[in-house]
Amino acid sequence: MNPISNKTCLELSFPATETEASAGIEQLSTGLSDQGLPVKKSDEVKIALAEAINNVVEHAYAGIAPAKVQVTCRLDRDRLDILISDTGNPLPGLHPPDGAPASVDTTLQDLPEGGFGWYLIHELTSDIRYERRKGCNRLSLRFDFAELS
Amino acid sequence: MGLTSTTTGVTQIITVHSDRIDAAMAIQFKEDMRRETDSGTDRVVLDLAGVEFIDSSGLGAIVASMKQLGDNRKLDLAGPQPVVEKVFRLTRMDTVFRLFATLDDALSATAD
Repeated sequence: MNPISNKTCLELSFPATETEASAGIEQLSTGLSDQGLPVKKSDEVKIALAEAINNVVEHAYAGIAPAKVQVTCRLDRDRLDILISDTGNPLPGLHPPDGAPASVDTTLQDLPEGGFGWYLIHELTSDIRYERRKGCNRLSLRFDFAELS
Repeated sequence: MGLTSTTTGVTQIITVHSDRIDAAMAIQFKEDMRRETDSGTDRVVLDLAGVEFIDSSGLGAIVASMKQLGDNRKLDLAGPQPVVEKVFRLTRMDTVFRLFATLDDALSATAD
């Protein structure tokens, strides 16, 4: 009953603005579901994908003219690989942040309103790889779902 | 963005009329929440039943909305869909907010 017999590819490119990113994330998530991404994984993939794309919009292109975000998804029977590339500023230190979660054990006024993005990406992916090549950031996110099949 | 508000007794219910609270609308959401709650009851219930997706910026905007209420008023959340609940659970914000499965559950619970 598995609809995926071979790797399926899904590509999308859009300007790195919040509004375009919002629509792009929705389109990618719907496309992945249509191509057979297991329902149990779709929420997790969408959350991680959104955080990674929002990071590009908010940080990679901070202070410079936003260009494009290119997203390529390869869906296989037991895993999904997503490559997100952009021509913005490199990640500090040329590696993805560890993503320690902001603490919520604090007073109301000290509660964190941000700093969850990388933590969520780490929590929801099986593997994260980053490389800077020819002026491009290339962030690869892998989601294994062998245990579901 | 679209919020509507009704008050029943001691509780103000704010309903979100958007399928997303994400980075593209987080600032607007926070401003709209400030306007809706600048005066009112001590307890505010945010009805999230129609929200199909939230990211960490949207989460931050809800946290900011609770801070805006101050220490003497309270923000509870009702009707989160599984993906919304997952974001709250992963970030441990489910320990900060009271999440009720439905609006009815939220309204039948007491303020504390």
